[in-house]
Amino acid sequence: MKKTYKIDVDCANCAAKMEDAARKTEGVKDVTVNFMMLKMKVEFEDGADVDSVMKNVRENCKKVEDDCEIFL
Amino acid sequence: MNSKQKKNLIRIIISAVLMIILKFMPVTGILRFALYLLPYLIIGYDILIKAGKGIINKQPFDECLLMAIATIGAIVLGLIDNGDYTEAIAVMLFYQIGEWFQSYAVGKSRKNITELMDICPDYANVKAENGQLEQVDPDDVEIGTIIVVQPGEKVPIDGIVRKGRSSLNTAALTGESVPRDIKEGEEVISGCINLNGLLEIETTKEFGDSTVSKVLELISDASSRKSKSENFITKFARVYTPTVVYSALALAFLPPIISLIMGIDPAPTKWIYRALTFLVISCPCALVVSIPLSFFAGIGGASKQGILVKGSNYLEILANTKTVVFDKTGTLTKGVFDVTAIHPHDFDEHELLHLAAHVERYSKHPIAESLKRAYEHEADECSVESIEEIAGRGVRAVVNGRVVCVGNAKMMEEAGATEGFKECSLTGTIIHVAVDGKYAGHIVISDVVKPHSKQAIHELKKQGVSETIMLTGDLKKVADKVSEELKLDKVYSDLLPQDKVEKVEELLSEKKNKDDVLAFVGDGINDAPVLSRADIGIAMGAMGSDAAIEAADVVLMDDDPLKIATAIAVSRKCLRIVKQNIYFAIGVKLICLLLGALGIANMWIAIFADVGVMIICVLNAIRCLMPVLHTHT
Repeated sequence: MKKTYKIDVDCANCAAKMEDAARKTEGVKDVTVNFMMLKMKVEFEDGADVDSVMKNVRENCKKVEDDCEIFL
Repeated sequence: MNSKQKKNLIRIIISAVLMIILKFMPVTGILRFALYLLPYLIIGYDILIKAGKGIINKQPFDECLLMAIATIGAIVLGLIDNGDYTEAIAVMLFYQIGEWFQSYAVGKSRKNITELMDICPDYANVKAENGQLEQVDPDDVEIGTIIVVQPGEKVPIDGIVRKGRSSLNTAALTGESVPRDIKEGEEVISGCINLNGLLEIETTKEFGDSTVSKVLELISDASSRKSKSENFITKFARVYTPTVVYSALALAFLPPIISLIMGIDPAPTKWIYRALTFLVISCPCALVVSIPLSFFAGIGGASKQGILVKGSNYLEILANTKTVVFDKTGTLTKGVFDVTAIHPHDFDEHELLHLAAHVERYSKHPIAESLKRAYEHEADECSVESIEEIAGRGVRAVVNGRVVCVGNAKMMEEAGATEGFKECSLTGTIIHVAVDGKYAGHIVISDVVKPHSKQAIHELKKQGVSETIMLTGDLKKVADKVSEELKLDKVYSDLLPQDKVEKVEELLSEKKNKDDVLAFVGDGINDAPVLSRADIGIAMGAMGSDAAIEAADVVLMDDDPLKIATAIAVSRKCLRIVKQNIYFAIGVKLICLLLGALGIANMWIAIFADVGVMIICVLNAIRCLMPVLHTHT
């Protein structure tokens, strides 16, 4: 399953970091962060609980880039 | 400007003013230090906090950390050395100015690009039971609903016009400024703007499957396909920053230690200062920001001209196009058959067409359609009776009391109209006509070359495309004629669809250079396998065709072959800008690193190497957004 989220981040490098962090989160199959459109497209593993996975994704992203936001 | 940018701008101004005032205040010692700390903290507090968090979260080599080390280092040097703190504040100040500018420029271009892609309709008008119009979310409209589009509104969902006629502005989708006329029974695609008449449209697709949604999805996904240059920059940044940081460490400690061993004055502050200068230059911002921005702007600029590029990587490939292979029908030619010549035999030319068109009055055959198109006022008072279709021959009918036979040579033979009969020297489908058993002449119907095809080939050649090749399933005679007219380099005719794939594979294996790109241009509907086999597949006239959007890498929204040249020009320009930025940014940084190590460059120059270069690169990147024009001549 795929879902797209709006994000807010200041620099392209930070967006790349977010992408990395999100991809490493459990329950996430693949992530693409589009810095220019400020969008994050998340592909979840089968049977993953979207809400709780996204909470972790957000937390992990905050760790690598304090100034980012994912609008859940 | 958003609120964050406003806040930062205020911080920049306050600390700059404070710094200038302090410059003229004759205070010394610890008071001077305390006073100077004020503007430093105002401008740099968030950087310091972020740097601290970076360490806690094990994210070293973060640019904030580098800035923090460099500026704190400079302050410490000022404290023990000469009491000059301006440099530390200036570094932070310029860093923030750079960040601010970057955020502003990126935000601005983001807005520009999304505005130009603003083809997404917000609502659809549905007739309620009481006859009033009701605005609903386009997502909620089911297939087969009648929606109303008023003048000035966007068509929200693909459908067929049921009532009304109007002109549509398709510029947002095709880049074509000439409005398209539309009337009852014709298909309309979403994203067009209704210019004058009221239209009632029966929807044929759901909103999510409509052209406008497809196109938007395509564009917004485009920049997630990274180009080689982008990947290069990511890799470069990964190596560059740590390398510079370690070099800075080495620069700070090795020379003083060596000097100490050799018995020379180690001058540690001098070397630490040089190392700090290094740190300031170490951030690869200019590259990391400007390269994706260039591609994004390039994709945005192209979409404004009706060219959808599915990813930055395709933009990059497109720029190296050396061979362009075309499909004929629908790509270089219109793919519709038109009357191209009328050769009467002892008969009036106009009357010949008139009678032929009348015989075909009720036929739906493509030949009949083109005859009727050529004779505009077919639906007149004339009587057409006892129409008889003769399979494999043609049609016979009585028009205004005269027996008219329209068909091939066999038909003429059977009608006894052999006197004066002759085959035509032109290529195309020949329609013979006999009136009252006498041969009256023939009409030539053939596919016509699109008006811009010749110019398109010319433009491609001008841009350094070395070979233009046409593949077609059509007869050799027809293909050669088109190829001669358009001055193509090679032509392969009589090909079946699978032969086309084979031919393209053959051409691919013949490439002289690995980086040379072979582009295939087709009309998308039947060329899908070839489109995906070529290095880059360009689909033309894709408005409304899902197959084309799926299979191709580059989609031209209208039928104009000239857009192929435009697409290549856009990609070349974008790549040129990317290269300029890469060479300029890396070049300036390397020079400044060298000058910094030698002690020639101070921190001010380092700031320019970082912030100045970034600003210049971002401005350069935005040039990608400007359209490359090929005017029709």
